Amino acid sequence: MSLPRRHVTALLVAGALTAGLAGCASGAPGATGGSTAAAGGSTTPALTGTITVFAAASLKATFTKLASDFEAEHPGTKIALNFAGSSDLVTQITQGAPADVFASADTKNMTKLTDAKLTDGAPANFATNTLEIAVPPSNPASISSFADLARPGVKVVVCAPQVPCGAATDTVEKATGTTLAPVSEESSVTDVLGKVTSGEADAGLVYVTDVKTAGAKIKGIPFPESDQAVNTYPIATVGTSQNKELAAAFIATVTGSEGKKVLSDAGFGTP
Amino acid sequence: MTFQLDATLAARGFEVSLSLGPAETIAILGPNGAGKSTLLSIISGLLRPDAGKAVLGGRVLFDLAADKNIWRAPHTRGTALLAQEALLFPHLSALDNVAFGPRSAGASSAAARETAMHWLAEVDAGDLAARRPGQLSGGQAQRVAVARALAADPELLLLDEPMAALDIHAAPLLRRLLKRVLAGRRAIIITHDILDALMLADRVIVLEDGRISEAGPTRDVLEKPRSRFAAGLAGLNLVAGTVSDAGVTTAQGMVVAGHHDGTLGPGQDGVAVFPPSAVSVFLTEEHGSPRNSFPVRITDLEPHGDQIRVHAGGLFADITPAASADLGLTPGMTVHFVIKAAAIAIYPA
Amino acid sequence: MNRRSGTGYTGIPPWIYAIAAAGAVFVLLPLVAMVAKVNWPQFIPLITSESSLTALGLSLRTSATSTAACVVLGVPLALVLARSPFPGQRLLRAFVLLPLVLPPVVGGIALLYTFGRQGLLGRSLEMAGIQIAFSTTAVVLAQTFVALPFLVVSLEGALRTAGNKYEAVAATLGARPSTVLRRVTIPLVLPGLASGAVLSFARSLGEFGATLTFAGSLQGVTRTLPLEIYLQRETDADAAVALSLLLVAVAVAVVGLSYRRPRVDAAPEGAFR
Repeated sequence: MSLPRRHVTALLVAGALTAGLAGCASGAPGATGGSTAAAGGSTTPALTGTITVFAAASLKATFTKLASDFEAEHPGTKIALNFAGSSDLVTQITQGAPADVFASADTKNMTKLTDAKLTDGAPANFATNTLEIAVPPSNPASISSFADLARPGVKVVVCAPQVPCGAATDTVEKATGTTLAPVSEESSVTDVLGKVTSGEADAGLVYVTDVKTAGAKIKGIPFPESDQAVNTYPIATVGTSQNKELAAAFIATVTGSEGKKVLSDAGFGTP
Repeated sequence: MTFQLDATLAARGFEVSLSLGPAETIAILGPNGAGKSTLLSIISGLLRPDAGKAVLGGRVLFDLAADKNIWRAPHTRGTALLAQEALLFPHLSALDNVAFGPRSAGASSAAARETAMHWLAEVDAGDLAARRPGQLSGGQAQRVAVARALAADPELLLLDEPMAALDIHAAPLLRRLLKRVLAGRRAIIITHDILDALMLADRVIVLEDGRISEAGPTRDVLEKPRSRFAAGLAGLNLVAGTVSDAGVTTAQGMVVAGHHDGTLGPGQDGVAVFPPSAVSVFLTEEHGSPRNSFPVRITDLEPHGDQIRVHAGGLFADITPAASADLGLTPGMTVHFVIKAAAIAIYPA
Repeated sequence: MNRRSGTGYTGIPPWIYAIAAAGAVFVLLPLVAMVAKVNWPQFIPLITSESSLTALGLSLRTSATSTAACVVLGVPLALVLARSPFPGQRLLRAFVLLPLVLPPVVGGIALLYTFGRQGLLGRSLEMAGIQIAFSTTAVVLAQTFVALPFLVVSLEGALRTAGNKYEAVAATLGARPSTVLRRVTIPLVLPGLASGAVLSFARSLGEFGATLTFAGSLQGVTRTLPLEIYLQRETDADAAVALSLLLVAVAVAVVGLSYRRPRVDAAPEGAFR
C-alpha cells in the first residue's frame, strides 16, 4: 500500500497529476496535494534519508531557510544544498553530479535538463523574479527611471546577455526601445552588485531579490517596464534520484504555502 | 706623481700604508687571508675602509678624514683590475671586451675597436678578436683580459694573482707577456709565486694578518728575508729572536749560533737565516756536540727536486733520497738537525 | 636499464621515471580530455567569430603591454632585491611575491580599492580626469599586478646566480653604473629576463579573477579571452571548449618558442636552472 502511495505523491508534486489520479489523493490540487501527502506521512512510514538540492544562486537565502524548516519538521531527513549559476548546475547534473532536486533561475536551463530526459516528470514553476535598478545608497547619478540609465555619462553595469539576468535586460531594452551603453557586461549578478556597492558603477540591473539580499549597501529602484521580462523559476526531481519520495516532499514544501511565504518575503513573485 | 695609500678596515684587521713611484711595479706577497685582495678592493673602490686616504697622480681617490669624506666611485679611479679568472664578458667578442674600456671612456665605436685591435696585437691575441670568451682557452682568455685592462689606459694596474688559474704551460707565456707590458707602468700584483715577484716587480711587500711585515727591493727581500713568509718563499729557514753574543736566542730559549757583521748589538731583534741544504739530519746527537744541534720531531717528508725535504720543528732540511732511506725517516720520528754555524747568516729583523 | 650509447650516468633511480610519467600524465590528460571534447566541424567558425577574435586580440594586446610594464617595473625591483641589501628587504620581497599566492580575486579587490573611483589613488586620478575602472588600462593593471612576481623571481634568481664579479670588473674599466647595467648586467641575465618576461606574458594571458573583479567585462574593452570563455560557457559549451583550446595553443606557442635552453657558450652559469 505504501509503495504506490509514495509514487503517487511524487507524481502529484511534480505537477504531472491528471484528473484520473486526483481521486486517489482526495481530489486536492497539485500544490495542496503535496502538503496533504506530507501530513499523511504520520500514518505511513516517516520520511528518512538525505537528498541533495541543486539550486540557483539567487535562491540561497530562501532555500537555506526552507531546508532547515523541512529538516525540523521531518526528523531523520537531511537536505544538502548546492548553490551555483543555473547553467553550471545543469552542466554538473548532466555530467553525473548526484542531485535529487534541481531548482533553476530560468526555464531555459530547466529545458536543457528536460531535453536531456534527466527530470522525473514535468517541472513546476514556483516563483518569479523581475529586474530592479540597483544604485549605491547615495544614488550619485540621481537615477529614478529605466530611461535614466541611458543618459550619457551614467555608468551602468548589466549582466551579459548569455546569463538569465542579462537576457531579461535585453528583453526590457527591446520592449521599451531604450538602448543602454553599459560599461561592463558581467557574468553574474554578484559581479554587477560588486561594481555598484564599490561605487565603481552608478547603477546596475539585477533582480528584485538581489537588491533585498544586498541590504543597506544597495538601494533598489523599481521600474514599471520590468514587467516585460518576468523570470520564472521551475523546480523538478532529477531522474536519477535515489530518494524520490523525499525529493517530492521537499518540492511540495517549496511550492506549498510555507514556500510561498518565505519566497515572497524575499521579494519573489508568484507564477 | 706617485700613488700613496693609507687605509684601515677594523672588521678585517687591515691596516696598510704604501706608496708607488710613477713607473714602479710592486708585488704583494702573503699567506691566504692576509688581506691582499682587501687591499686591491680598497684601491679600486669596491670596498670602503673605515679610515684613510689614497692619492693617485695628484687625484684624491678617497679621503675619509672627518672633515673631507671624499669617496670616488670605481669607474672614475683609473685603476683597472685583472683578476685570477679572466672574467671576460661572455656575451661580447674578444675585440668588444677589449674595446669596453675605451667605449666607456667615451670613444667612438670605431676608435675603440682600433684601440682594442692594438692591444690585442700587443698581447699576441690579434687572431682571437672575433672569438667569444667561451671559445678561448684559459691562457688565451687571460691574455685578452690583460689587453682589456691595458686598453682602459689605467693609471694604476691592479693584478690579483693573474697566473694562479692557468696551467703550467700557459703561465710562463703570460708571465713573459706581463713583463713586457708592465715595463714603465705603475702596477700592483698579488702573487703566491716568487718567480712573479722576481720577474715582474721592482719591490715586494709582504702582507701578514692585514699588516705589512716586510718591504723592500725584491732582491734584498729574497736574499735577506726578515719574515718567515718571505723566507719560505725564498726557500730559506728563518729563526727570529734576540741577538746575543752567541747568535740569536728565540723566545723559547733555543740558541742559534752564527756569524754577523758586528753592527748588531746584543738585545736587538734579529733573525738567523740558513738554507735547507746546510742542515744535516742525524738520528742521535753526535759529532762531539756541534754548536747547532736541535732535537726535532719530523712532521712531513716531501720530494723537492731531486732531494727529500724534511719538515721538522718549524725548520726544513734537504737531504738525498738515499740518506733518507738509510736513516729510515718517517713522520713522527725524533731526529737531530745539525747546522754549521758558518752557514747561518744573522741580521736585524 | 638500457640506455642509448653515448648517454652518461644520470643518477636517477628507475622508480623516479614512473612517478615522473604519472606527473606528466596528470598534466596532459585534462588537456587531452578537452581536445577530445572539441566540436571539430564547428571549431574554425567558433574561434573565428567576431567576439572570439576581439577577445583574443584584446588578450594579446593587454598581455604584451603588461609584460612591458612588468619589465619596466620588475627589472629595478629585482636589481634592488638581488644586489643591494637594505633594512626591510625581506619584507619587500615577501610583498612583491604576494600576488603569486594570493587568489587573483583578492588582487582584484585590492586594485579596486586603489584605482577604483572611490579608491586610494582613484579619487585623485578621477579629479585629474583619468578613469581607470572599466577601461583596458584596468585590465593591464590587473595583469601586471599578478604577473610582476614571475618576472622579479626569475630575474632575481638569475642576478644572484650571475654574481657581481663582472660588474666590478666593468666598473674598474671605467664604466659608469648605467653603462654597467646596460652593457654588462642586462646582457648577462638576458636568459633569466627573457624567461621571466615569457612567464609574465603567459600569466597575463591567463589572468581572470583580478580582471573580472576590477576591470569588468565588455567586448573589445575589458573582455579578454579567459572572460570570454567564462561567459561562453554559460550558453555554448562548444564555444567555451574551442576558445580554451585556442588559449592553450597560444600559451604553448609563446612559452615553447621563447622558453628554450640558451646557447651553452653564451649563458652565465645557472641562468635557466
